[in-house]
Amino acid sequence: MGLSVKLIKMVNGFTLDVEWEMDNELVVLFGYSGAGKSMTLQLIAGLLDPDDGYIRSDGGILFDSSLEMNMPPQKRSFGYVFQDCALFPHMTVKGNIAYGINGLDRFETEKRVSEMIKVFRLEGLEDKLPSEISGGQKQRVALARALIRRPDALLLDEPFSALDNPIRLEMRRLLKEIRHEFNIPVVLVTHDIFEAYTMADKIIIYSGGRIAQIGSPSEVFNRPATIDVETLVDMKRFFQDPSGFSNYSCSYDSLQF
Amino acid sequence: MESSVLFSLRLSLQVASVATLFVMLIGILIAYILARRDFKGKEFLDMLFTLPLVLPPTVMGYYLIVIFGRNGVIGRLIYERTGWSIMFTWYAAALASFVVALPLMIKTTRAGIESVDRNLINASYTLGHSELETAIKVILPLSKKGIIAGTVLSFARAMGEFGATLMIAGNIPGKTDTMPIAIYTYASSGDWSKANNMVIFFTLISGLFLYIANRFSKRMV
Repeated sequence: MGLSVKLIKMVNGFTLDVEWEMDNELVVLFGYSGAGKSMTLQLIAGLLDPDDGYIRSDGGILFDSSLEMNMPPQKRSFGYVFQDCALFPHMTVKGNIAYGINGLDRFETEKRVSEMIKVFRLEGLEDKLPSEISGGQKQRVALARALIRRPDALLLDEPFSALDNPIRLEMRRLLKEIRHEFNIPVVLVTHDIFEAYTMADKIIIYSGGRIAQIGSPSEVFNRPATIDVETLVDMKRFFQDPSGFSNYSCSYDSLQF
Repeated sequence: MESSVLFSLRLSLQVASVATLFVMLIGILIAYILARRDFKGKEFLDMLFTLPLVLPPTVMGYYLIVIFGRNGVIGRLIYERTGWSIMFTWYAAALASFVVALPLMIKTTRAGIESVDRNLINASYTLGHSELETAIKVILPLSKKGIIAGTVLSFARAMGEFGATLMIAGNIPGKTDTMPIAIYTYASSGDWSKANNMVIFFTLISGLFLYIANRFSKRMV
């Protein structure tokens, strides 16, 4: 189980040029906004086409420019969670989750959906519309919808950045549980230094469309490879706020990383 | 009401219903393509489909004669094979209504489709749903307001079609005299009471349509 990618993509004067691989682990893509993190996820999922490179998942080729292979997003088995959840506003919680599976009979679909509702503690919200539930609940629905068809990997694009802090902490806990329960590789895009440090098995630091460093959190935080990385992972800024962690990540977000 | 008035009312509803049905089928398809696809000549196509909105109806009628008339590009083919011509039938009235109402459907529906969040479409794709499934289950339901507004406006426009209809369907009493044409006939022959009834009916029903269209869409053409 794993993912290996080499992605080259030019858009409006920005060039993404990255190459990395991962096993069955949680990888955090960390860096300033505009560094190409989200674009990487979209390329992996097939929502954008790379100009050059390859994407392999579980040994299968999803994209390879030299072989002229390009699997459409529908055929790639990734669970994708968008920053704004992207729940279908005209479908109920149940409807949104059920939309994640195709081609099963009704009985089997119902069974799977109620399974997911239990795992993500959404009991009682089945028939509510997305507009009627809270931000944290929306994220749980988005995760359930992304995971219901047992994808090969989970791609998370800043999933918790819009949430209040206590809920964000709870969601991080939930994500660890999911990793444990579903046992699949997770790629998490974040600009939250605390999230990166505490969640990652491996951190990939993005800077201006390129990779500045790859390593375990302690490697990256203790031995930054470049000045850029050092600035990015400067833990001192992390502790400047005397009131502690909780306020910290809120104020950090406002720096617009 | 007199039978001739009732006939015109019934004919107008029939013409407008048939025209609106085709406007919906074809208008949604064209709107979807214009909203979601990029291709060469898209701007030209968009302009072509908007033209009936700005051209005088008589010009549209003229084009329809050139195309569907007995000696027209398509009309001749049909006439040579079947001996039938669409000219001066109620089908011609429906065709004229269809052509002038189509831009309204395309404009409002396209605006509706374009306002659907890109991420929702992407989410549907990553969840394994094809483009067609995504269009039917996500894009069109979320463009519902634009589609309903477009349908109502198209129906109202089709009911009121006069110029192009007169040119290709003519003014044949008991055959092609839709309400707008009947009103013209009554007014020009001084039959004010019949004209009055129809004018009041028309004003009320058009007001109702606009009210419904406004409720469903703030974006009017």
